[in-house]
Amino acid sequence: MKYSQTFVWENRGVFHVKHFDVLVVGGGHAGTEAIHAACRYGLSAALVTLDRSKIGVMSCNPAIGGLGKGHLVREIDALGGIMGVAADASGIQFRLLNRSKGPAVQGPRTQSDRNLYLMEVQRLLGKQSYNLIEGEVTALLQDGASVSGVRLMDGTEIKSRTVILTAGTFMRGTVHIGDKRVSAGRMGERAADELSVQMEALGASFGRLKTGTPPRLNGDTIDWAGLEMQAADTDAVMLSFMSEKPRVEQVDCGITHTNAKTHDIIRENLNRSAMYGGHIEGVGPRYCPSIEDKITRFSSKDSHQIFLEPEGLKSKSVYPNGISTSLPEDVQGQYVRSILGLERVEILQPGYAIEYDFLNPKGLSSDLESGILEGLFLAGQINGTTGYEEAAAQGLVAAVGVAKKLRDVSEIRFDRSTSYIGVMIDDLITRGASEPYRMFTSRAEFRLKLRADNADQRLTDSGWESGCVPAARYSAYLKKMELLSRCKSALDEMAVSPNEARKAGIELGLDGRRRSGHELLAIPTVSFHNLVRLDGSLAGFSTATQTQVSHEALYATYIQRQRHEIKALERDLDVLLPSSFDYHAVAGLSFEMRTKLSDAQPESLGKAKNIEGITPAALTAVLLAVKSFNFKKAI
Amino acid sequence: MDTIFAQATAPGRAGVAIIRVSGEQAFDISQNFCKIPTNSKSCLRSLRDRDDNLIDRALVLKFDRGASFTGEDVIEFHVHGGLATVSKLMSELSFFSNCRLAEPGEFTRRALSNGCLDLNQVEALSDLIDAETEAQRRQAIKVLDGSFSDAGDSWRRDLLRGTALLEASIDFSDEEIPDNLHVEVADLVEGVGSSISEVLSRSKVASKIRSGFTVAIVGAPNVGKSTLLNNIAGRQAAITSDVAGTTRDVLEIRVDLKGLPVTFLDTAGLRETDEKIENLGITMAYKRASEADLRIFLVSSFDEDLKIPASSDDLVVLNKSDCRNGIELSVSGKTGDGVPKLLELISNRFKNRTVEDFVAIRQRQLDGLQAALASLKETSSFLSHRPAPFELAAQELYFAVSSLDFVFGKVDIESILDEIFSNFCLGK
Repeated sequence: MKYSQTFVWENRGVFHVKHFDVLVVGGGHAGTEAIHAACRYGLSAALVTLDRSKIGVMSCNPAIGGLGKGHLVREIDALGGIMGVAADASGIQFRLLNRSKGPAVQGPRTQSDRNLYLMEVQRLLGKQSYNLIEGEVTALLQDGASVSGVRLMDGTEIKSRTVILTAGTFMRGTVHIGDKRVSAGRMGERAADELSVQMEALGASFGRLKTGTPPRLNGDTIDWAGLEMQAADTDAVMLSFMSEKPRVEQVDCGITHTNAKTHDIIRENLNRSAMYGGHIEGVGPRYCPSIEDKITRFSSKDSHQIFLEPEGLKSKSVYPNGISTSLPEDVQGQYVRSILGLERVEILQPGYAIEYDFLNPKGLSSDLESGILEGLFLAGQINGTTGYEEAAAQGLVAAVGVAKKLRDVSEIRFDRSTSYIGVMIDDLITRGASEPYRMFTSRAEFRLKLRADNADQRLTDSGWESGCVPAARYSAYLKKMELLSRCKSALDEMAVSPNEARKAGIELGLDGRRRSGHELLAIPTVSFHNLVRLDGSLAGFSTATQTQVSHEALYATYIQRQRHEIKALERDLDVLLPSSFDYHAVAGLSFEMRTKLSDAQPESLGKAKNIEGITPAALTAVLLAVKSFNFKKAI
Repeated sequence: MDTIFAQATAPGRAGVAIIRVSGEQAFDISQNFCKIPTNSKSCLRSLRDRDDNLIDRALVLKFDRGASFTGEDVIEFHVHGGLATVSKLMSELSFFSNCRLAEPGEFTRRALSNGCLDLNQVEALSDLIDAETEAQRRQAIKVLDGSFSDAGDSWRRDLLRGTALLEASIDFSDEEIPDNLHVEVADLVEGVGSSISEVLSRSKVASKIRSGFTVAIVGAPNVGKSTLLNNIAGRQAAITSDVAGTTRDVLEIRVDLKGLPVTFLDTAGLRETDEKIENLGITMAYKRASEADLRIFLVSSFDEDLKIPASSDDLVVLNKSDCRNGIELSVSGKTGDGVPKLLELISNRFKNRTVEDFVAIRQRQLDGLQAALASLKETSSFLSHRPAPFELAAQELYFAVSSLDFVFGKVDIESILDEIFSNFCLGK
């Protein structure tokens, strides 16, 4: 057991003793995951945050996981990360999404008690050894073309070999409520503006993005009696591989809907909305529209669903998911009270839109190291993503990148065919972000293989070798694999004739061929129960093992076929595109294609193929041009 | 990019030879030989070399970029087709810097990269140039005009919409998404599937237009099969004698039958024998005859046992019509009596099978469409399950789309390109 001490560093002036390996700026989901991973690698690390009590805060909706996002959490967990553990410790409503669909597209999700979540994150960090520094970073320190630390508002300089910047929405953050505009990183918190200015001077070119939140409601003033309620799953599926069952009481969510009157109120006041009044230039996410957007863009729909999510067991605050807004406070009150169950509701905190700086992630390395300064890593919303899970995964990737750079630890390969994290990183660095980037299962072309249930099988081994997976985590994984392999060999040894199979309730043609347990499980209508009827000893395996083996058998043939696709993908990847390639000189490319390719400067033809809107004809033209380019160079 | 030139007509002595010049400097360079036409008209000009000596009097055609085959500025010189004239003009052209002889297939490649042609059209162009018969030419020109690619675009559009609907049902299942989206997906998949299978069945026949039909002449020994073959060939292609079992190997002759390429097969007479080599020939005859597109059963009487199952298009013909009077469907290889009528019958049967609509011809196209169709059938079957395994349906749909990509030129592009361009000869 490692004894460690976390302390707040309060002295002023240059700290001349310590020269950190890594300095993490920001204590949100990216920052906490990054600092924890840095500690797991044994790096000397420090976390700089504006307010230590806000470390691990959930600033938007109080939920972790979901479709694609639950996959990310499992992958973080498989590498020893903390998000899944904290979600499980604080989960007050676990639900497995897409339960009726196949296991590949099922996503574990929970609503968390906001306060319990934050406390668990802080408790987990407290077990690690690092330095916690409260302050606002106003500048990056430079040593030539490399980063060498940060300067705080009070002039203190902290030296570090690398910096992971996870500024969230704080970079020139502006909060909008109607026509009111406040400079802030989160509601009531200071924004960081000087850093943006310095980074621009270093050549960074920022874009603006926007996100929004709904008003927070007082749950005691909601008339729950008339509302439809949604309960947690009775057999909770946890976010972390290490958890077994919920730790705290499970609660219901309410469901209500907007109506014609709500829509009328919003329409009448549309010009007072920050978004529609022309106060906001940032691009918002299409898949998470404000209620103003919903009503304008889908005008034929006369009602929209709202989930009323309790923010905690002891908190009376309720998060009405589905009505984020930037309307003025008085209008928010009017439209909210037009909704069933909310007639007498009290608003605890008005909804708001927040605009913030982001750096197009196209220039980043696959370790998320920035081209602006060597040793500067960027993670989270600053890279144009949205969501706790996306941010946390990037924090982890950046920390692995730092460890690789400083300690030469073995690489953890994040690529499209082995992890959602790989899909996200590849998307970000090749396609960039034109709207806040969120994970979906459909982004993963190999999603039958990239399941939440096998994230550990895909990542834990290489994480252990690299040094970011703790021993307890690894031995639990080995135990799971041992059971799996025993169960698999038992299925291998089965040789079931069609006649025997029929007796166990499996419909098979009488082709005389004996089948293994895996082959039987691959038939969609066959479950493990059928196999137990054939061989009673199989009942000895745990439900978890049985389920895992069934999932693998279900997709085995598809994964085989996809393996060919992966090979083809790798072949495409092999055609390298010169870094200084002049796409404007390629004959036959439309102006749009030229611009897209010039902006992306893809490393290879495979990456060019993944750029949105690039046509086969354009790829052909690029390929031909590159070939003649290489040919000319050869002469 | 270099300006390129090559002789567009076949090499050798001819009345007229065409030299094509394409590229940014095509106009500037040509200006040195004569005054080029001001608009896209053809003009008769005197071509002069660097020393102002007359090379030839030539028809000069000008095509502006965007309106030419390659998409670039193009000049065509139609000169008198003497070897020396052509080589003089070409050597004068190569004198200019950044102007060189085109590599094999380079004109077409430029057309492809300039978006003037897509992959299927490039292949069709190759077919058009190689076309030997009228039917082959008609088919190639149909693909070249883009109707095949148009169909591909519309399939892709439909399948992408289907994919999007499925993905919406998966990724946004916790939001307000209609729960019957799979119904529209099933319709889209069904529609594309039946359209592809229609093209495939048309294509099966059409591929014969490219590769040719085969007709096997079968029958008992000594009924006159080889004599008939010789008559069709118009020469002594097979040895004939009155000894039964003269023909042992399978003999082929290729003829242009009213625009259709047809190969006639002469086969060993079908009988029981102990002779080892003849038996090998008979086995081969059975095999080739059953694989043929049509069989002519040459018989001595209509109640003879045919020994090979006949299909409805097959013809049963009486032999030695010179010794019979006025019997329909009888031929004589010796005198040629009835042969034109037989050939007319055969060509009509094949013509009935051929189609006027666009088709897929190349093996690459057929493989891709077949794979896409198989995936679409799987998708349909998944969508009919309750509950439908959406993730598997979506996966099959992706397979279908990527199989179509393979036909319409998206993935594995490099090997296809190599194949295409190696099939092209200079200057086309």
